[in-house]
Amino acid sequence: MLENFSFRTIVEYLPLFGQGLITTVWLSALSFAGALTVGIVLAAMNLQRGWLFRVPAKAYIDAVRATPLLAQLYFLYFGLPRLGLVLPELVVGIIALSLNSGAYVAEIIRAGILSIPRGQVEAGVASGMTYVQRIRLVILPQAFKVTIPPLLGQAIVLVKDSALLSLISVSELTRAGQLLASDRFMPAEGFLTIAAFYLLLYYCLKGLAALSGRWLGLQPARSST
Amino acid sequence: MIWQQLQSLAGSYPLALRGLGMTVVLSLISLVLGTLLGFGLGILRTGGNRLIGSAIGAWIDLIRGTPFLVQIFLIFFILPEFGVELDAFTAGVIALTNLAACFICEIVAAGIRSVPTGQVEAALASGLSRWQRLRQVVLPQAMRIVLPPLVGQYVLLIKDSSVVSAIGLTDLTRVGWLVVQRVPNGLLVFFLVGVGYFMVCYPLIMLARRLERRMGAVHGEVQL
Repeated sequence: MLENFSFRTIVEYLPLFGQGLITTVWLSALSFAGALTVGIVLAAMNLQRGWLFRVPAKAYIDAVRATPLLAQLYFLYFGLPRLGLVLPELVVGIIALSLNSGAYVAEIIRAGILSIPRGQVEAGVASGMTYVQRIRLVILPQAFKVTIPPLLGQAIVLVKDSALLSLISVSELTRAGQLLASDRFMPAEGFLTIAAFYLLLYYCLKGLAALSGRWLGLQPARSST
Repeated sequence: MIWQQLQSLAGSYPLALRGLGMTVVLSLISLVLGTLLGFGLGILRTGGNRLIGSAIGAWIDLIRGTPFLVQIFLIFFILPEFGVELDAFTAGVIALTNLAACFICEIVAAGIRSVPTGQVEAALASGLSRWQRLRQVVLPQAMRIVLPPLVGQYVLLIKDSSVVSAIGLTDLTRVGWLVVQRVPNGLLVFFLVGVGYFMVCYPLIMLARRLERRMGAVHGEVQL
């Protein structure tokens, strides 16, 4: 049983956990920004009529969705040096998370744009709007509204996925728990504490998703995965 | 150089097959157990008992709110403190089953809630028992909604099974990690690992898409 659960050790290691938490937050934020960029580009490619852009985008999205993030992470971690790119683990991790989440973000954005009824675009045409005006004034504002809740769901997934970076020894939150577990042989103290911190992040993002749903006048966010 | 690497890789062929086998067996066991448990929980959740419903909801939030890696560590390192001795495989099965059950519970509950109340009332009026109502009226209609995301969930489960390599189980990802220590060509090795997963996951992704299209057509409504 856990009768000798040591809160004192947790308090002792609190600075380490704090640092890990902060690292997890900013590296997730950075990766999410990267994922949005990758996702917007991929979605734009995927919505083209010609096959030249569409096929590579689809292939990339399928390849990412059909393989585990951990394998993708190792692919970059062990593979990039081979190409002469020796980057710090943290950078490799952020790249991997951006490229992985980008594929999911692309699908969310695409679904958001496709959800706009055809009549809206036709009305835009009938009102004499140009192509750019239709996109900027008709499609994007409506698509934006539908995509926010699932994007926040993806942000939740990304924060949790970032735990895998501990396996390439990035010193984020999970790594802090592993350190406590291995230094002091206190796995319970280490892993229960980081679980609590992740829950904190989860409830913050979940609350944000619910709030955004209300602001945007949508139903409560359907959390994806 | 590259030729030597290829030879060395060809030598790792049996190991790779074992890894792929481990991934498939682990996923398959957890998938079956998780589906059974998930359906049970989903039915309980929508069963009308508030207390049970919110207890399940709280547990699902705990599982959804923490990374799977942390859950595996918790099960593998902490259950022994409660006197439950576990090997890595059992710990992996428990963690994956629990994860799958939680997500499938949500999928099933959503499916059950989508069945119009009138259907249940009609079944009540026809004098069907609780079990008959569930089996003959509610579940068959719920399955339309449940099936596409259920298959999608299986894909996630197979991918998540790669995380058990962290506690030393020799699955496909772990094999890649072992091989790359000998053959220093990460691009090639993990490309092949990726191909292994792709072969298992991609057919399921296609199936999920097809189901989604077919179920959408049955309903005759435009899906988001």
